[in-house]
Formats: sequence, structure tokens, C-alpha cells
Amino acid sequence: MENTTKITAACVIENGKVYVNSKLDFTAEGSASSLDFLKAAYTHYQLNYPKFYKMDSLCKLAMVASELLMRTNRINEKYASEDIALIIANGASSLEIDTEHQVSIADEANFFPSPAVFVYTLPNILIGEIAIRNKIKGENTFFIFDTFDEDFIHSYTDSLMNNDKAKCVIAGWVDFYEDKYRAFLYTVERTNEGEAHTTTNINKLIDNKLNFERN
Amino acid sequence: MEKETWIDGMMMKGKVYVAGDNVVSSLGFTSEENFAHLKKMETGVKRYNDASLWMEPLMASRVDDVRLEREFAKLGSSAGFTRLEKMMLVSATAALSENKKIDISSSRTLIIVSSTKGNIELLDKEEGKRFEKKRLYLWETAAQVARFMGNPNKPLVVSNACISGVLAIILAKRLLDEGKYDTMVVIGADSLTKFVVSGFQSFKAVSNEVAKPYDAKRAGISLGEGCGTMVLTNDETKLNDAERILVMGGASSNDANHISGPSRTGDGLQMAIEKTLSEAMISAEEVDYISGHGTATQFNDDMESLAVANTQLGAVPMNSLKSYFGHTLGAAGIIESVMGVHSMRQNTLIGTYNFEELGVPATVNIIKDTRAEEVNNCLKTAAGFGGCNAAVLFEKLTSRARA
Amino acid sequence: MEALIEQLKQEIIEQLNLDGLKTEDINPDTPLFGEGLGLDSIDALELIVLLDKNYGLKILNPADGKKIFQSVRSMAEFISENKK
Repeated sequence: MENTTKITAACVIENGKVYVNSKLDFTAEGSASSLDFLKAAYTHYQLNYPKFYKMDSLCKLAMVASELLMRTNRINEKYASEDIALIIANGASSLEIDTEHQVSIADEANFFPSPAVFVYTLPNILIGEIAIRNKIKGENTFFIFDTFDEDFIHSYTDSLMNNDKAKCVIAGWVDFYEDKYRAFLYTVERTNEGEAHTTTNINKLIDNKLNFERN
Repeated sequence: MEKETWIDGMMMKGKVYVAGDNVVSSLGFTSEENFAHLKKMETGVKRYNDASLWMEPLMASRVDDVRLEREFAKLGSSAGFTRLEKMMLVSATAALSENKKIDISSSRTLIIVSSTKGNIELLDKEEGKRFEKKRLYLWETAAQVARFMGNPNKPLVVSNACISGVLAIILAKRLLDEGKYDTMVVIGADSLTKFVVSGFQSFKAVSNEVAKPYDAKRAGISLGEGCGTMVLTNDETKLNDAERILVMGGASSNDANHISGPSRTGDGLQMAIEKTLSEAMISAEEVDYISGHGTATQFNDDMESLAVANTQLGAVPMNSLKSYFGHTLGAAGIIESVMGVHSMRQNTLIGTYNFEELGVPATVNIIKDTRAEEVNNCLKTAAGFGGCNAAVLFEKLTSRARA
Repeated sequence: MEALIEQLKQEIIEQLNLDGLKTEDINPDTPLFGEGLGLDSIDALELIVLLDKNYGLKILNPADGKKIFQSVRSMAEFISENKK
């Protein structure tokens, strides 16, 4: 068994396109809105998960990205639930749904805060949704960066793997605010297949330029 | 840079020490001031009649505005900072002023910020006029703090619901073990806002009285605000105190069950506790004190009692400090850990304010009244929305020399 | 009562984001929680908001909701009895 860590799968979602392992897999560029695009992806991929409709846009984005990642690389068949870690970041936290909650409390005369909205006003809820869907119980942390810090995430991912805190890490970025969205999630494991887990390769997969052919 | 140490035949990494701390809350602006109130079992949760927070009287714990402005003015800044940022700057500055061996301007010092909502009040139309929109972003708040403190590194920001503070301490320890930094300044803060109050009210989770953690008659949380700062270092020469306190281990986990309700079995928190004790190489019998999450909701306290009992910790003296500070969200893990450290330094177990009768499914040993007792270690637990759990263990270095 | 039940079904679908569900899919006597529609604790709180927002009826203790929210019909009956 290889000792070095490898990137073994990736899913990127941006500009109305879904990429799996750097290859374009689905596009709905004609979507009227970002939300329509996500719903189109949900239908296209037959996610079959009714809870999807209760989620805010950020979690919907996380659901589509993580679902494709898990279908491409069935890590929960390979690892125990507590051995998979979720290390995810974004820039806008949960500001998209925060704004909606703010609207519901802005007018004293029409004051109806919604628990279903409020529950999503934390960015780590998307980690929770991924965990629930895939029964992932390991280490989990949500970070906020102005831009994705690949050096830090790379280093922390390796640290978790090297110190036996995780046998597999799902890492990446899921951001949705003011109709701008971007998500990339990738798996890191110790395996013979896959591309070397380096910051160069992380940057490549973000640009859909990482060659996963050898898998 | 790692110093290898051998204890009981097992190699330990270089140690991570607590090198400084501070708490800014309803109970004071220094750790000592806060702890003094805890010893006397005086709560900071009061009734507020403030329409800007909630249309009816609200039991909550607030930082005194007048004193905050006064303390902040001492920092000599003319720049505009939000109320939350002022709390952070006052707290971090105070923590650092007590240990001149810590160099905040060094590139080997990193700041980690823990907050759930940051400057969220700026979403309000009127409040939002006072600052640029950029201040809504937590990374900008953290950058403002780092810049003011004179630290050259981009700070890390952890935003992970109510476990953020404990998570930030665990992260600090792990990064110090890696060796790239020698000092971590962990700052956890959240402020009381209509945004948060209205949200928890919609959950019908807010009590009309001071919260009663683990109590049979508990009726929900009391919200709070504040800032906790904990300075950690792997460099022994940067310590002031003769009594060395270490961060021995920590872990996080997810229940993978429901986004707002904890697992009914407490298995997620149980796992986090077990991993923490294992990493700290400490057995359940050796744990002296648990600082629980104890929010006083029906579900959390029930779940937490199961997790504690199932890890054979049911007999360990345990409290929740949330009936003193309120639930301070992103600050909770830091504020409560700092108080745990002071419990160890002063060998004093703090009584759980407003606790009268146990009302959880598993038998746990809730501290009712403050008492003197040898406290060699402290296990801090936390759980949060999103099904997350975390635990961290602090221990006196002197008690390490057992066997 | 029947008109209220139909209106309530539509409001429930909207308030709870039950996308894809139509009013004819909801039987007025099917349990809303547990086996029937499978709603959860957050949905229960949302129904409390619905009663307040749309009908001006306040439920202060979620525990009181259990009987009221048993089915669409029991909700309609509660509204009829208490609406101002």
C-alpha cells in the first residue's frame, strides 16, 4: 500500500457546468437562475433525496457536488464512517440564507422568523448535510477564507492523515452568495491509484486540468 | 523543532502549553474577574428590555457597553471597529499584555478566529450604514484584528457552529505539533444580536428564566455574548506561570443524524471524547473535571449525559458554565476552556448555577456548589448545529509525572 | 371546512418546501408526522409559524402542537375553533 497521499476524485461546479474528474459531465447553461441550475442538476442526476428541497442554495450546491464525488469514488464502501473527514471552506459563510433570515425580522409589523431558514444560517450545516446523506462521522471543520488557501488545506489534510485522525478526507470549497457560486470537492486517500496530493495538483483539479485517466 | 519526550515508554510530541488567556463577558474583562464571579456563583444572565434585541423582556448575558468603550479607548485606536471587533481586540490585547514573552509580531505566531456569525448585525439596513459591506465577511473581521494586533500572517477562521471554539483550540494544538508556528493566539467571539435571538426564539429554544443545565425543570437556553482568548505555545521559554498546563488532545466528530437535533444516543460526542482521552493517554478514572456543553435544552443535555456515561465518566464532577455566561456560541469553547484552566490553577470546582435536580437519562455527577478540590485536568465538551461534536483535554504538567 | 382544508394543504406545501407534492397527494386524515408525510421537528416549528402568520394563532409550547398537528383535518379544526 502506498504511503503518500493521493487525490482520487474531484467534482467541480461553476458557471452552469458540472465537472467530474476534470471532465465536463453536465451543463444547464440555459438555466434562468443558479437555483434553477441546481434543481436541473438534481433532476438530471436523479439524486432522489426529497430533503434537497428544504435546503438553502448553499447546501443544495454542496449536495450535488458531494453526491457526484461519492458516486465517482465510493469511499463509504472503503472506509469506516468515523475514518472519513470533511474539511471544507468558503468565503461568504452562509450570507445568502442569512439575508433571507434578516428579511424575515426586518419589519416589526411582519415579524416571522422561520426555523427552517434559521437552521441554515451557519456554513457548517453543509458539512452536516453531506454527513447525514453519506453517514460520515469523522473529523469535520469549516473554514472561512477570502480565497481558497490550498497550502493550508493541503497541509492540514496531510496532517490529519499522517496522525491517524482520518483515513480519507473530503476537502474543498462550496460557496454561494448573490447568485455567484462555485464548488469543488475532492477526495484524498492512501492508495496506489490517483494523482499525487500536492498543492499543484489541487490547483489543477480546481481548473479541471488534473489528469485522472490513470484511475 | 519537535522536542521528543518519552513518558511511560511512549513518545510524546513537543508539548503544547497554555501561555495566556482572557475573557471579556458580562462578568468582567479579565479572566480573574470572571472566575471570581463564578466562584461566588454569581450569574451574568439578566433580564433585558431592549426592543433592538427582542420585543419582549429577554434573559440574556451582555457585555457592558460603557466599560467596553472605556477599555477599547485605552488601546488608542482612532479607526472604526464594530462592537464584536472591539471585544476581540480588548480581549486579545489583555491576554498578550499579561505575557510579554509572546511576540504577536512574529511570523511564527498565528491568530485563529472562532465565530459563528461575526458582524451579522451589519445585515440590518441601519447598522449596515456604519461599515463597508466587506465587514460582513468573517475573513475581513479576522484580518482587521490581525492588522491591529500587528501580526503579519493571514489569520485562520473557523466557523463551525457552537463547537468553533473547541475546534479552534484543537486546530491550534495540531498546527503547533506540525512545527510551522510556535505560538497560536486563539480568539473566539460572538455578539448578541436580534438576528440570533429571533432565530433561537423561532426554535422555541430560549428560556424565560436563567438556563438550568442538566436540570429536570430546564426550559431552554440563555443567550450570551463575549470573547475568549487563549494563547498556546510549544516553546517552554515563552511561559510565565510555574504551573504548566498542557493541551493533551482533542477530536471532532459528526452524528450524521439531523442538522439541528443531536443524535439520540450521543454516539458522536462519545466518539469525540474517546478519541480525546486516547490521544491524551488518560483513562476515564483519571479525569478530574468535565466542563460540559450544557445548553439546557432538552435534547442537548440528554444526549450529553449519555455520551458522558457511556465513556465511563458518569462519576466525574461536571458542570456547565452556560448559566453564568449564557450560550456565547463561537466564544463558548474558548471562554469555558479558559475558566476550566483557572479551575485547575485554583483547584476549585465551580457549581452549576441554577441547577437543582438532575433531569437527564444517564447518571452524571453535576457539581451543585462551588468547592475546593484538586483539579489536575479538565475535559471540555461541545456540540453544535450540523450534528458536530468536539472535545479537548487540558492537563497540569506536574500530574503527567505519574507512574 | 373542506375549503379550509384545501387552502391549508397548499399553505403547508409552500411553508415546508414540499416541492413536487400536490394538494391531491395529501390525504386530510393521514398523519403528518411519523409514518404519513414524515415531517420532522423543524417542520413542526414551521407549522407553528404558519398558524401565527396566516391565521394569527399563537402556540407558545411546541408540546401543545402534537395534538393540533396530527393531520391536516385536526389543524383545520383547531383553526375553525380558535380563529378570531
